[in-house]
Amino acid sequence: MIPSIAPTATPRKTALAKFSGHRLLTSPGGLAGAVWLAALVVASLTAPLWLPYKTEDQDFTAVLSGPSAAHWLGADELGRDLLSRIFASAAGTLGTSLITVIVGVALGTILAMTAAGAGDRAEGIISRVTEIMMSLPGTVIILAVIGAVGTNIPLIMAILGVLISAGIYRVMLGQAKSLQSQLYVDAAKVDGVGPLGISLRHVLPGLTNTVVVQSALIFAVGMLIQAGLAFIGFGPPIPQPSWGGMIQGASQHVYDAPWLMVPTGAVLALTVLSANAIGNALGKSPNATASHLPSAAIRRKRTADAAAAVAAAPAVENLPAAGQLSVRGLSVGVDGGTPLVTDVTFDVAPGTVLGLVGESGCGKTMTALSLLGLLPSGVSVADGQILWNGRNLASATEKDLEGIRGRDVALISQEPMRALDPMFTVGYQLTAAIRRLGKAGKAEARAEALSLLEKVGIVDARRILKSYPHQISGGMAQRVAIALALSGKPRLLVADEPTTALDVTVQAEILSLLRSLVKDTGMSVVMVTHDLGVVADICDNVAVMYAGQVVESGRTASILDNPRHPYTLALLAADPHANTAHDMPDRLATIKGQVPQPKDWPAGCRFAARCQFAGSACTTPVPLLPSGSEDGEVRCVKADELAVEGLAWLATEIPTHRVLEIVEKDMA
Amino acid sequence: MSIDTVEREDAEAVLPAPAMLEVKDLVVRYGRGRKAASVPAAVDGVSFTIRPGETVGLVGESGSGKSTIGKAILGLQKVSGGSISFQGSDITHAGSSQRQELGGELRAVFQDPNSSLNPRKTIGVSLAEPLRVRGIPAAEARTRAGDMLERVGLPREAVDRYPSQFSGGQRQRISVARALICEPKLVVCDEAVSALDLSTQAQVLNLLADLRDERGLSYLFIAHDISVVQFLAQRVVVLYRGQVMETGPAAAVTENPKHPFTQALVAASPVPRPAEQAERRRLRESLGVRTAAAVAASAGGCPFSQRCPLATDLCTTERPALRTVGQSDVACHYA
Ligand SMILES: Nc1ncnc2c1ncn2[C@@H]1O[C@H](COP(=O)(O)OP(=O)(O)OP(=O)(O)O)[C@@H](O)[C@H]1O
Ligand code: SF4
Ligand code: SF4
Ligand SMILES: [Mg+2]
Repeated sequence: MIPSIAPTATPRKTALAKFSGHRLLTSPGGLAGAVWLAALVVASLTAPLWLPYKTEDQDFTAVLSGPSAAHWLGADELGRDLLSRIFASAAGTLGTSLITVIVGVALGTILAMTAAGAGDRAEGIISRVTEIMMSLPGTVIILAVIGAVGTNIPLIMAILGVLISAGIYRVMLGQAKSLQSQLYVDAAKVDGVGPLGISLRHVLPGLTNTVVVQSALIFAVGMLIQAGLAFIGFGPPIPQPSWGGMIQGASQHVYDAPWLMVPTGAVLALTVLSANAIGNALGKSPNATASHLPSAAIRRKRTADAAAAVAAAPAVENLPAAGQLSVRGLSVGVDGGTPLVTDVTFDVAPGTVLGLVGESGCGKTMTALSLLGLLPSGVSVADGQILWNGRNLASATEKDLEGIRGRDVALISQEPMRALDPMFTVGYQLTAAIRRLGKAGKAEARAEALSLLEKVGIVDARRILKSYPHQISGGMAQRVAIALALSGKPRLLVADEPTTALDVTVQAEILSLLRSLVKDTGMSVVMVTHDLGVVADICDNVAVMYAGQVVESGRTASILDNPRHPYTLALLAADPHANTAHDMPDRLATIKGQVPQPKDWPAGCRFAARCQFAGSACTTPVPLLPSGSEDGEVRCVKADELAVEGLAWLATEIPTHRVLEIVEKDMA
Repeated sequence: MSIDTVEREDAEAVLPAPAMLEVKDLVVRYGRGRKAASVPAAVDGVSFTIRPGETVGLVGESGSGKSTIGKAILGLQKVSGGSISFQGSDITHAGSSQRQELGGELRAVFQDPNSSLNPRKTIGVSLAEPLRVRGIPAAEARTRAGDMLERVGLPREAVDRYPSQFSGGQRQRISVARALICEPKLVVCDEAVSALDLSTQAQVLNLLADLRDERGLSYLFIAHDISVVQFLAQRVVVLYRGQVMETGPAAAVTENPKHPFTQALVAASPVPRPAEQAERRRLRESLGVRTAAAVAASAGGCPFSQRCPLATDLCTTERPALRTVGQSDVACHYA
């Protein structure tokens, strides 16, 4: 996640502009299709201006002839020019297909929105009805209609639309339901917005994309069915030209003049293909894959670039001991642009846990991901060293990193479900990982998976192995994710907010589990968290990060009990867990403003704009200096002063006169 | 299910000042027909009252039915049994028109700052929606939206921006603004600060506290974090599997929990003081509460019996009723 905190200018776009534009233009098929359809419509509407013949002009010398100079595409059984007839009638044919689209898509969408909004019972009824509609023999119904009212093409196409709407309903229903379950829909309901308002204002806009895609596809279906009907003799009445009529005419001469079918058929086929191509182009969502992680190819290229940059740095002296992680002067930045993390230095000794704390947007996750070479695309290590087991991971190639990732260094993330593929059972994924990393046989891997699950405290491991991710709870999923991370027997575990999404009761169990794993296996952990309670519970050392820098680091006990940096003071004062019910203040301390965006970092102390103690000395860059308490370090010019005077971060008040003004204005 | 609500309403009319909100024997089942009967009720006989100006905290683990209770109160979830009355009038099965009348007085702030605002609408449009529903002209609604944004500490100009242009904390303040824009009496806050960073969480908590003091609001404050609840709430209701385990003054419940589940919950909430946290951890481990594995509640017994270190045969056969222990009401045979 690239920190994005303050409002940024995003160009405004209407829902319509969002999907059509680039997706259509970037797909060659879709673009060609759109060009063909547009040309066809324009050519057809302007036909009287440029066509060589009128549609009913008869040239008896050319009856049933093939292409010739006079008739480029030949002429039909009455000697009428095919080219002229095809183009003149294009608009009409497309128009009648459009009837199917409009009726089918509109009805299907309305049904889906109604079913999604009106509750289970209505959904049940509508679904039953559409199932019946789908099971009706469409052809028979259409033929019956033709028998009753003749070949009234618009009516037939409309009825076809009704029949097709059932299928569209099915496609739309899931999406409409998921839009209905958004919290903003709940919020609107609480406002008293009626079901119709909800559907129109909050659900329909979200369906636009699907509506457009379905329209393109149904359009093609409509044309095909129209042609099919014509082929079996139920085309439109003869005099007015239409593609259906021409196909009908040609079908009577399949044996004596087979050419007659070719031009109309080809144009029809092209048009159907175009509509399908447009549908496919619009339907492809460009960012459907996980966009937060770069593709291996991009990473490979990037690490090569970064390796070149970092190789210029001074050679590594005094390589740390095995199992020791030493991060030295690490800087991470957008390629060729803003730094996101600057000059981060910390050490993690084997068998210890380091906490990286701070608010979101302070660079914790970027720092953690850089340890695994998993920075998002467009972001890379700009400077510094990540020393692990005698090598500098900052300049390692992607291939080297692939060998380390998952084996020596493993990751668990905040969303355990994200580590698990919903399509496969827990057992399958776990054994696959074990086999990939350890080259074990199938049975061996299975036994290993079972023992891993037991190791992470899962009681009924056998049942869990057979379960799919959605069948297990969040706490269970995090245990499985930890088991997955442990499958490579890592010596360093990078845990990015591993318990944030869990209940406190489950969090406590997971933390106990991690603690015992550290004790038993001697692995070390880098734990990213925003929860100071979690830090107090499990971390031996802590580095407090603010705006891409470490502002204070040292032993957990000395930092939390005796913070030296104003930001740490402030975080503790803002934490309701730091107080019991009796000493709970009326207001918690806050930090005014918010974490600045990387491009807005000042040259001096980055916390200055929010700091209660800021003064003129704070406008020059502040180095990280020993804090005097154990081996701690702090980045604040007033650290000593604050320590001596024992200053506390105060809860700031909102000026109430402002509040009253606004309330009065409201009442007026 | 509403046959006896009429009587109950009559009985309530005798009471001097009606409660802001009264929830009685609330039962909510998900699903319909046979399916509903086969799964345990998501909310199973929950009762509590919120007095004017009071904040009641609802805590419990994930899936304990907290949100479901909030949704039932807001009319977003059908109620299977029991009653809910707001300012003395029964809203258990209120239709959307009755809801619309009180929509201004009963409002909500939801958890996820990412999905509680429609990403396709500007902040101004989202904020104005509740006012526009009540027929307030667009220009006035826009002005009030700007005022309200300033009140929650954001610039007026934010009305023309989209939710994606704000941070999580800012979005949550916008959600608070949206809830408070039509002068509500009761606000249901479902995990309103859970997704926020410490300093932003503190800002929103302070904001909620300030607005309560200014406007005499009542809150139903739903959260899984008992320390957060304890900051805002005067009274706390502890839920487990859709049932109330313990309820009482916030200080009593959090500092002197009587129910084994509440004890486990409080002990599991970590404090940022290493020595004290180590102590709590030892306490938690000594409680011997079994892990939250997916075990089915024994029908009829105490819902916590599968995990409770004190459970006896009595606990697995007889559901304990709430009874007063000290300052709290506790549903445990041995509290
Ligand atoms: N729409 C639904 N359909 C079926 N079951 C549901 C639905 N929503 C919730 N449930 C179930 O009802 C129970 C109570 O859920 P609820 O969302 O009220 O819990 P919660 O206490 O708010 O949990 P959390 O802390 O995770 O938000 C759970 O067992 C849940 O799985
Ligand atoms: S250097 Fe100055 S502004 Fe920065 S934290 Fe210290 S006192 Fe505050
Ligand atoms: S009733 Fe029994 S099982 Fe339930 S909480 Fe009390 S002691 Fe535990
Ligand atoms: Mg919930």
